[in-house]
Amino acid sequence: MPWPSESKYLGKPTPRVEGPAKVSGRAKYTTDVAPAGVLYGAIFRSKWPAARIRAVNLEKVRTAPGIRAAVPAHEGEFSVHYYGEELAAVAGVSRQAVLDALPLIEVDATPLPFVVNELDAIKEDAPRVNPDRPNLGGGQVRETGNVDEAFAAAAATVEGTFNTQVEIHHPMEPHGNVVVFEGDEMTAWSSTQGVFGVRDQFARELGLPQNKVRVICEHMGGGFGSKFNAGAEGILCAKLAQAAKAPVKLVLTRFEQALAVGNRPSSFQKIRLAADRDGKLTAFALDSFGTAGFGSGSSSAGGSGGAGFPAPYIYVPPNRRVKQAGVAVNAGSARPMRAPGHPIASFGMEGILDDLAVKLGMDPLEIRLKNDPYDIRLREYAIGAEKFGWKQKYRKPGASAGPLKVGVGCAGAAWMSGGDGTQAELQVNPDGTVEVRCGTQDLGTGSRTVVAVVAAEMLGLEPKMISVRIGDTRLPPSGASGGSRTTASVAPAIYDACENTLAELKKISGIEDPRGPRWPEVCAKLGRNPLVVSGRWREGLSRGGAGGVQFAEVEVDTDTGFVKVRKMLVVQDCGTVVNRLTCESQVHGGVIMGIGFALYEQRVMDARTGVVLNPNLETYKLPGAADMPEIEVILLDMPERGVIGVGEPVTVRPAAAAGRVSPRPTSTCRPTGG
Amino acid sequence: MKRPSTSRDTPGGLPSGGVTRRSFLKGLGASAVSAAALAAEGVAEELAKANAEKVQGPHPVPMSLRINGETHNLQLEPRVTLLEALRTHVGLTGPKESCDRASCGACTVLLNGVPLYACSMLAIEAQGAEITTIEGLNRNGELTPIQQALVDHDGLQCGYCSPGFVMTLTALLRRNPRPTEADVRAACAGNLCRCGAYPRIFAAALAATGQKTTSKLEVIHLKEHAVA
Repeated sequence: MPWPSESKYLGKPTPRVEGPAKVSGRAKYTTDVAPAGVLYGAIFRSKWPAARIRAVNLEKVRTAPGIRAAVPAHEGEFSVHYYGEELAAVAGVSRQAVLDALPLIEVDATPLPFVVNELDAIKEDAPRVNPDRPNLGGGQVRETGNVDEAFAAAAATVEGTFNTQVEIHHPMEPHGNVVVFEGDEMTAWSSTQGVFGVRDQFARELGLPQNKVRVICEHMGGGFGSKFNAGAEGILCAKLAQAAKAPVKLVLTRFEQALAVGNRPSSFQKIRLAADRDGKLTAFALDSFGTAGFGSGSSSAGGSGGAGFPAPYIYVPPNRRVKQAGVAVNAGSARPMRAPGHPIASFGMEGILDDLAVKLGMDPLEIRLKNDPYDIRLREYAIGAEKFGWKQKYRKPGASAGPLKVGVGCAGAAWMSGGDGTQAELQVNPDGTVEVRCGTQDLGTGSRTVVAVVAAEMLGLEPKMISVRIGDTRLPPSGASGGSRTTASVAPAIYDACENTLAELKKISGIEDPRGPRWPEVCAKLGRNPLVVSGRWREGLSRGGAGGVQFAEVEVDTDTGFVKVRKMLVVQDCGTVVNRLTCESQVHGGVIMGIGFALYEQRVMDARTGVVLNPNLETYKLPGAADMPEIEVILLDMPERGVIGVGEPVTVRPAAAAGRVSPRPTSTCRPTGG
Repeated sequence: MKRPSTSRDTPGGLPSGGVTRRSFLKGLGASAVSAAALAAEGVAEELAKANAEKVQGPHPVPMSLRINGETHNLQLEPRVTLLEALRTHVGLTGPKESCDRASCGACTVLLNGVPLYACSMLAIEAQGAEITTIEGLNRNGELTPIQQALVDHDGLQCGYCSPGFVMTLTALLRRNPRPTEADVRAACAGNLCRCGAYPRIFAAALAATGQKTTSKLEVIHLKEHAVA
């Protein structure tokens, strides 16, 4: 049985079920949880960008007023590789007690030379971030066809350098945990994208059996890829709770968010691109490096949080050579960030493609239509160009007089998404109400509402008859929420559980179709015991492979350098739309985060002191209310493709589209890395 | 222990009686206002003299806060912020801590009806003022029109910034019941949303006042489109 073609809830706008709790302040996030007697925990961090730590002495801090526990981050000697790396953690009766006590920690350290910027780190005489290897990893070369011959024979060749900066996730809710031990059982409230993964990590690192650890994430304030693991902060929180024999809450500050819990790697891309007379791509060559933090230094493919990225992104010139390398610097490690690798890849590739279009005297849209191999994106370009008014708006570079330049750009993207693995459970009560249980989590993407919508649709019930329980390792397992995989993993499991439930109810009641008007009668036949039925993800209801295109209209004041995005238009394929309202919000969010990446956000390191210079939200610029362009979203509804996640493909293109302004092909609004 | 001065002699508290840059300078006395000309030591001396009578702490001191119409008598260190007092000592966790330095607005509360970053005011300075947190908006359990509009239009994603936006917009709609989209954007300039819910927040604010916004959404069934 496929997704129903006629639907009551599926694909319609359903307000998120926890909306009222969130807008009234009742929703409890990890940071709001306060068990009786909870202690305040904080981390003591390295003030050296690089150092050998011989000892961390916690004796004085342990006896300070109000302090209940202090634990080291490591036993014995160790090295720190960045300013802000964890040295120890302290728990006490109040924030004030802990802040007063932290300076009592004594550290015996030998500071070491450091290097924090990529272009310094690649120099021959740069200090080595990791003593056993050079900062710049070798970088493997992958070659298809004969690139040199193809360049020699090309009708047009362009080359360019594209830099993208380190971006920081900065979810509004900082990383944090509240940990309580009761007997031999541990409960952690974690602000996480994956309760089961965090549970397993706690169990492993603390030497506890998995069935003695419970992780709860009822509501969480964003992650964007930075909250898959318990992290050093989670493990230290648990160790403090063990040592203090009391509940501990350890939530990072905004300052710490900028140092130690992930970022998007930078890139320095040298690209060459060639085409024949008709604009058909014939050859591509990339030589790039970027930093994913102190551990960086070897090549890695895109998508994993390393410095690599897919190249030549969505295009397939027959001859291509790709060399990617990572460079280590004394800074915190990268973590996956919304569509890892893709905005970086898109920025370079779509940028050089624009340059090629200029050289060939072609319309940038035309060169994309000629080279994009994906039929759905070609249709999206056609729809988008018409809605956007591309023909009317596009002007050749240099066509507008005066300092105020207005330009348009377009770009495409892909994301693998797909889903698997989730299990779910339905409990039907004799009064006809239903509880759906699934151990997924809602990062703000609307997954809780997806569960409600699918169950309501399948059971023919109003959503208010359905309670959704998620975010707890006591529920049937689901994977981490990342890779735009949650909806495509969860929706089929709920579907399956509902189908199994209906079959079971039919057996019990003898009624052919338990849905609709006879539902109360059917449920009453359950007697005193609720019916519990499970289901699991299965093939055929969700897919991978989302494609989308975006158009941008951008204004640049060439006297002041002020850049304003006037309009973004998105045409996005997401298969079966489950909830139109939250799907649209995902698209908005991706576009806006992409604009931030293209125009505003950049981690700035100080070469002299090795610190992050903008570890706060007034100097690290997030997109704000005043920066919002008009955003028009067109969703392609293709129910035959099944459910496809959408959070990441939409983050990819504005980085490219907004960063390019057609009057100035080598645009000044291209973000730079240093 | 010396009884703390009830610090707010001005009736109504902030903004008229709060510590603004101007009132801070005023508090130093006339001689300190011309401090720019004095040596650093002189300034410190003047400061110490001017504040000698008001010194509180560092130990906890009694203070009294009017929150959502109720009086809370607390024993807090003078350096405790209003946000920490609300969240940790009164148990009102609606206002959120996110940046803790007046950049993001997640901690927004109303002080005598005016939106204010609770993370950047000391609790002791908020004495005498009527403090409204998000918990104080719908005590009868019903959502206010702006809250309902935010739910209906999906003007939230992770929701961590939502209490702050609700307080900011509540204050806006009280002083301007029919704002333009530009008014809404200006009012929200001090609130950050990392998920990117802004377009729907604007839409919700306008819808709550019976107006429409510009952001568009369309679902195209491919077979219906001429190009397909």
